[in-house]
Order: sequence, then C-alpha cells, then structure tokens
Amino acid sequence: MPIHDQGYRHYGGQRSAPGRRWAVIARAGVRTMFSKKAFIGLLLSSWLPFFVRAVQIYISTTVPQAASLVAVTPDTFKAFLEQQSIWVFFITVYVGSGLIANDRRANALQIYLSKPLTRVEYIFGKLAILMFFILLVTGVPGLVLLLLQIVFTGELTFFRENIHLLPAITLFSMIQALTFSSTMLALSSLSKSSRYVAILYAAVLFMSQAIYGVLRAVTGGTDVAWVSLSANMTQIGSAIFRVPLEYRTPWPVSVTVLAALVAASAVVLEKRVRGVEIVT
Amino acid sequence: MPEPDPVVSLENVTVMYGRQAALRDVSTVFPVGAVGLLGPNGAGKSSMIKSLLGLVVPSRGRMRVLGLDVAHQALPIRARVGYMPETDSHIPGMNAVSFVAYCGELAGLPGVDAMQRAHEVLFYVGLGEARYRNVETYSTGMKQRIKLAQALVHDPDLLFLDEPTNGMDPRGRDEMLDLVRDLALVKNVNVIVSSHLLPDIEYTCSHVVVMDKGQIAAHGPIASLKQPRGRVFELRFKIPASVGIAAGEGREGTTFESFVERLRAAGLECHATEEDVMRVFVPGEGGAREIFGIAAAERVQIRHLRPSVPTLEDVFAQAVGEQ
Repeated sequence: MPIHDQGYRHYGGQRSAPGRRWAVIARAGVRTMFSKKAFIGLLLSSWLPFFVRAVQIYISTTVPQAASLVAVTPDTFKAFLEQQSIWVFFITVYVGSGLIANDRRANALQIYLSKPLTRVEYIFGKLAILMFFILLVTGVPGLVLLLLQIVFTGELTFFRENIHLLPAITLFSMIQALTFSSTMLALSSLSKSSRYVAILYAAVLFMSQAIYGVLRAVTGGTDVAWVSLSANMTQIGSAIFRVPLEYRTPWPVSVTVLAALVAASAVVLEKRVRGVEIVT
Repeated sequence: MPEPDPVVSLENVTVMYGRQAALRDVSTVFPVGAVGLLGPNGAGKSSMIKSLLGLVVPSRGRMRVLGLDVAHQALPIRARVGYMPETDSHIPGMNAVSFVAYCGELAGLPGVDAMQRAHEVLFYVGLGEARYRNVETYSTGMKQRIKLAQALVHDPDLLFLDEPTNGMDPRGRDEMLDLVRDLALVKNVNVIVSSHLLPDIEYTCSHVVVMDKGQIAAHGPIASLKQPRGRVFELRFKIPASVGIAAGEGREGTTFESFVERLRAAGLECHATEEDVMRVFVPGEGGAREIFGIAAAERVQIRHLRPSVPTLEDVFAQAVGEQ
C-alpha cells in the first residue's frame, strides 16, 4: 500500500473570483522576462542615462561653479524621457514582439480562453507586461531623478516651483507606454513570428518618420509632423512639460493621432484575439 | 430514483462559419458520466465543444453546461470545466510544472495550491519524471498528456477531451484511455470524449452521441444502441462469371453493386468491412433465409454466412449511412 498516493485528488480549497486573472498573466510575463540574462543586460543598459543624469543633478547642486553649465530645469526631465526613447524601442521590441505572436504559434489562445478569463483580461494582462517594462525605463527613473534632485539639494524649492513635473513625468510616461504597448501588441497579434513582428514594428516607426521627412522637404514646414509617431510624442511631451513646441502641428492634433492609433490597435486586437481561428 | 440532470444540453443550436454551417439545428443531451462524441472528420464535434465553451457564438439555439446558460454564464462554466484541445497547444517558454500551475492560477487557484496540484496531476498523467522539462521539447504523446494535465489541474466537474489519443503510439493510447476511464469511473469526473475512433469511445464511454454533417445522427447508451433490432450477419459471396455476363437471358448481368442494391431494396443494410466480406443487418424478425432467398434469385453463391454481434461500428455506420 503506498504511503502517499500521487494520484488524482479533488480540490477543496479557495478559488479567486473572476476579473483578476489579467494579473496572473502579467505576473507570469514579468517573471519570464526577468529570468532572461540578455534582457537583464538590456534593462541595466537602459538605466545608464539615468546615472548620467543623476551625476548631472549631483554636480549642479554640490558644485556651484558648474551650476550654470549643468543646470537642472523642467526641460532636463523632458529631455531625459526623450533620450529614453531608444531604450523604449529596444524594450518594446524585445518584450512585446512575441507577447501574442508566440501564443498564436503555440496555439495557446485556446488554452487561455478556455479558462475563466475574458479576451479583455488576456489583452490587458499582456499589455500590463509591456507597459510595466516601458515604465521601468521611463517613468520610474524619471521620478527617481526628481526625488534625487530634492535629496541632493536638501530643500523643496525646485520641486515647489515645478510642482507640475510630478504629474508631467507620470502622464508622459503613461502615454508613451500605452501608445507603444498597444501598437506593438496589435502588430504581435497579426503574426505567429515574433521576428516578423519586430521588423514590422520598426518599419512602422521608421516609415512614419521617413514620410514626415519627405513631406517636410516638400512643404518646407513642420505642419505635417502629425504623420510621424515620434514627432507626435515629442509634441505631446512639450505640451505636458510646458516647454515651447518643436513643430507647428498643434498638440491636440498629435493627441488625436495617438488616440486614433491606440483605438486602431484595440480594433485589431478585438479581431485577432480569439479562441477559435475561423477561416471561411 | 429520478434521473440526474444532464451535464450538457443543446436546443436547436446552429453554428455558422461564414456561409458554412458547422452545426445544423442540433438538439441533444449529454448525461452524467462518460459520453462519447463520435463522428467522422468535419462532422462538427470540435465546433460543438468550442460552442459549449463559449469560444464560438451560435447563430441560433440555447446551450446549457452544468445547469448554466452558455450565452450568459460562460466564465462560471469555464471555471468548472476542463478543455483538452485537439491541436498541439501550450504556453511557450515554460516547463511542464510551471505551465500546469499557471493554468491552475488562470482557473482561479491560489499560486501555492496551483503548484501543488500541478505536481500531482503531472504524476497522475505519467509526466512526473519529465515535469521540469520545457514543454516544447516533449514528444507528441507527452504533449497529449500535458494537455490533459492542464485541463485537470483545477479539478473540473466536466472534461472536454478533443481527440485525446491523436498521434499516440499504441501503448500511450492505452494509457490515455485508462486515464479517461479512471477519471470517469473512479474519480467521478464527467467526461465528454470527442473522437472519430470507435474503439476509443467504446472503451471509455457508456453513452454516445453520433454526429454527421453537423447534425445528430444517433444518441443514447452504447449498450442500448447496440441492442439488435434485427440480426447482423457477416457475408461473403461470389458472382459466377456466367451470371455476371448473363448472356442471352434478356436481362443485365449481376454485379457486386447490383446485388448489394438488391439487398438494400429488400430493406437489408449492407456495410463493407473488408474487400469481400460485408456486414448485413437484417431488421425485424428476418434472418439468413431472407439473404439466401435474394442470393438464389440473383444466382449469387453465398460462400460464407455467419451470425454476428452488433458493434458500435454498426451503430455508427447505420447512423451516418456509411457504406
């Protein structure tokens, strides 16, 4: 007679209420990424600009002679977030390209959607993974820099004078994270190959910039900056951080373009994330 | 004692894929226990299961699973059922135990419980030693077992198994069928086994629903469907060359097809099994005399005639009109 039968037993424990399964997906996705050494390397690299900015803040507050050269202004924080764009791109491609594409390759959608979770929860869970990592290289270091400024100066004068920086860093990072995450997720749902998705994402980003470049050369102005994804992001950043706009496109137009992009991504996801692929 | 409520019921369900009807006005019930969903490829078995899970929305009709309406309570239903898909499916980049535990968490189990049950069900399905291997490195048979494990981890009241023995070697297939039997008979889990393999259904299930071209062709307890409403014979015959030619007799010669047609015209059902042996179902009280009579009239030689026991194959063949 076996001491402990390792057979099948009925379960009499607790079960969580539906509605929070997206957190399970998000947690598993984050854990999976942190288990990859290459990704940890990428993440650490993306924090290098943060250390440079931290040194700049330290010097500006402790060395009065250098204060005029490396002065900390609201633009410093906007510039930092814009500098992080390249890392946002790498993180988005690395984390996001396979989020749905790999599930489609492995027919995992029918497993997910046979469990008590909705398609919205699935998408939200996947979105949360990518947004978490984008915020980890934008909003989090941005807010830590603001905190360091207070710590290094030992006073709240700068913070009080620029109180809008706290919501500005948060809001701009969230807009970046939401726009790039939803775009990448929609592209990821279109293919079963994460490599193809990565190429497609890069093409969308660079093509929009290239088209803007051509139109600017033809029209001789920056009124058509709304066709470029990154130009729209810069424009919104300038408006949020209350610094002069770089392009002649009104910032509400940029907001509309990015909102339309997020809406289009939602429509694509609604069509593509299904438990059954129907070919008629 | 009153009959327990059926675990699944469908009322006039129609499922369309574009213009193609996958299910046509289907009405049936699946009683408690193990029920086979039998039918040739493309009969609508998988479509029915996916509709019952709420993955496909029918254009018409009502479905209930475990007493809950599929149209309005898909999530509570999915919390109580397990689904083993037909195709290879897994969550990429995970080892077996992480994958099964993850599925348990998705089904609502707390993390610790899900991990504990993942280990248990992996041992139960025979993957205990391979549970730390990445699922992508598994063989086809192992992938079938892990699909069963992920369907079981949250202790469902009802299991949908879509072609559970697909691609398995004979030994693995027997083990999988033993697991299904054990779940249904010993562990009291309601099981719906979709398959086109009659022996699998006959071994694991007490009831069967036979589907063909998106419709229910037959349903009921296997034992009662197999009850002879007539007699079954194994028949081998030969058509002499002279009869085949039938020269100068003013009528066409007898051929294999014409003899079978003649049997059918007399109300006998014929199903070919091998090249020259067929099973003939004689309804009602009729018997071998009827076959001999027709053979004599057609001048066909009966070379072999043996009474036989009706099998599920006969039920299936009768239901889908297979020749």
